[in-house]
Amino acid sequence: MSIIKYIELSAVSVAGFLAAIFVNLFFKQVAEIEINTYPINSSVSLTADQAYRFVLLGLILIYIAAAVYSYRNEERRKKFLSRVPFRFVIGLTVALWDILGTKLLLLPQPFFPGPSRIIESFLMEGDYIFQNTLYSLRLFTVGFTLGVAFGVGTGILIGWFPKVYYWIYPVLKITGVIPAVAWMPFALTLLPTPFWAAVFLIVICAWFPVAFLTAQGIASTPKIHFEVAGTLGAKTPYLVLHVAIPHAMPQIFTGISSANGFAFTTLVMSEMLGQPGGLGYYINASKVWSAYYKVFAAIIVMAVLFSAIMKVIGAIQNRVLRWQRGLVK
Amino acid sequence: MSREILFEIKDVNRTYVDTNDSTVEALKNINLSIKKGEFISIIGPSGCGKTTLLRLLAGLDVQESGTILLEGEEIKGPHPARGYVFQQSSLFPWLTVEKNIASGLKARGVYKQNKEEVSQYIKLIGLNGFEKTYPHQISGGMAQRVAIARALINHPVALLMDEPMGALDAFTRADLQDKLLELWKENDTTMILVTHDVDEALYLSDRVVIMSPRPGKISEVLNVTLPKPRQRSSTDFTAMRNSILEKLHLASEIQQPEYTI
Repeated sequence: MSIIKYIELSAVSVAGFLAAIFVNLFFKQVAEIEINTYPINSSVSLTADQAYRFVLLGLILIYIAAAVYSYRNEERRKKFLSRVPFRFVIGLTVALWDILGTKLLLLPQPFFPGPSRIIESFLMEGDYIFQNTLYSLRLFTVGFTLGVAFGVGTGILIGWFPKVYYWIYPVLKITGVIPAVAWMPFALTLLPTPFWAAVFLIVICAWFPVAFLTAQGIASTPKIHFEVAGTLGAKTPYLVLHVAIPHAMPQIFTGISSANGFAFTTLVMSEMLGQPGGLGYYINASKVWSAYYKVFAAIIVMAVLFSAIMKVIGAIQNRVLRWQRGLVK
Repeated sequence: MSREILFEIKDVNRTYVDTNDSTVEALKNINLSIKKGEFISIIGPSGCGKTTLLRLLAGLDVQESGTILLEGEEIKGPHPARGYVFQQSSLFPWLTVEKNIASGLKARGVYKQNKEEVSQYIKLIGLNGFEKTYPHQISGGMAQRVAIARALINHPVALLMDEPMGALDAFTRADLQDKLLELWKENDTTMILVTHDVDEALYLSDRVVIMSPRPGKISEVLNVTLPKPRQRSSTDFTAMRNSILEKLHLASEIQQPEYTI
């Protein structure tokens, strides 16, 4: 593909967002709504519309940077080009949304605010949203890490020792099907702070899939691997650490991925049910005031945050399981 | 030439219960002495118990009666002094070639003091440049060489091999046979090879043990006195091959053997 064609297609990928900026600038504000101005510091202040256009501009710059970065590598270039139509349509959709939600105010309010209104939440209380995001992140990190560690630990014991399997596996099977938030009343009573109560719930919900799949991975290690290790002089610790666990690794990661999804759900639900902070709490608190634009702001933050977490886990998985490259689809 | 005896197998029996609940006599009254430094092949049709015998020597299986002594001591479980090469590729798929070979040392916890041996063995099996590749990225012949190196790095007194070349094509097989002879000369390891390939057994070994099935027993032990390196097309070689084939036919009158020439 020629460079001219590539530049053209890159331009198309940002054209939708560019259109959205133009719509916001030049489409007549028909509906009577107040466009608020917020001071950023002593000399600069921004209106919600300006902030919205800055966000669009930011996206355009990011995609241009991505286009430049992807150009040199065949695979990345293909990936970038495959997303061109999608990004174009997203840009147009945002422009349309701006017209319907802000300019003409045709969408039912306050449930479906325009895009600039959502951006406005960050201008109004960006710090507060940030604090709540940190609270969620902290809760997730502590709960999920403990849950995975605990899950891998019990999974290994269940998979390795028949006695542990006999006594613990039924407990795992029963507790596994109960949604973790069902334990909320107990968690809140028995644990000293709401934070640790929520951690407890996330640990429980992450524990089940990780332990289950780890146990399966350990127990399904082919006998020949153990025999090989035995003839090389290996004792039990080596058999567990260097034979059974590496063999179980793909399944452990399958467990971690599904635990990840469960943990997000439990995180937000427990924040909605009884936490002093967090994005779930923020959604609940905003809903009470019918501030649905804030709810959308929190949802956007969640989407970005959770995709980032999944990206990180995916990267770790690719690194640990690099031996599988070319072996599985 | 009389050499010290390494393995002493006396009146060994091993039976299995198969899926139809009937007992199969895998080994019946096996008696065999294997000398130190010897290259010995065990040959026979499938079901004659040759793999079972090898697994007993490795300590991966236990006999019902009889004794197996290694330098006068009873075998109790597997030990790195008896290296074992499996029929199918048995490399750890999650380790690179280099780390698979190193796992021989790591399993015994002696990796740190013997690190440099890994690269020596990679050179010995001719896999330089493949250190960082994973088992699924190399050919079957290469994988078996890695498996052999992984066992040899522990300096075993005996290397037990269960049809290590069974799944390889003719060229790779001939190549690996020469490599095996080379390694044998350099290391003075006792080699015990289970095979169903008469040519292979004749080409490599000092003695060929012929086994017959149902019940699995030793029907004959042949001394191969042809000088090494052996010519597969020489008259002596061919004559000997024909006589072994005949004996194998006799040994398995009831059932057609599975070997191919």
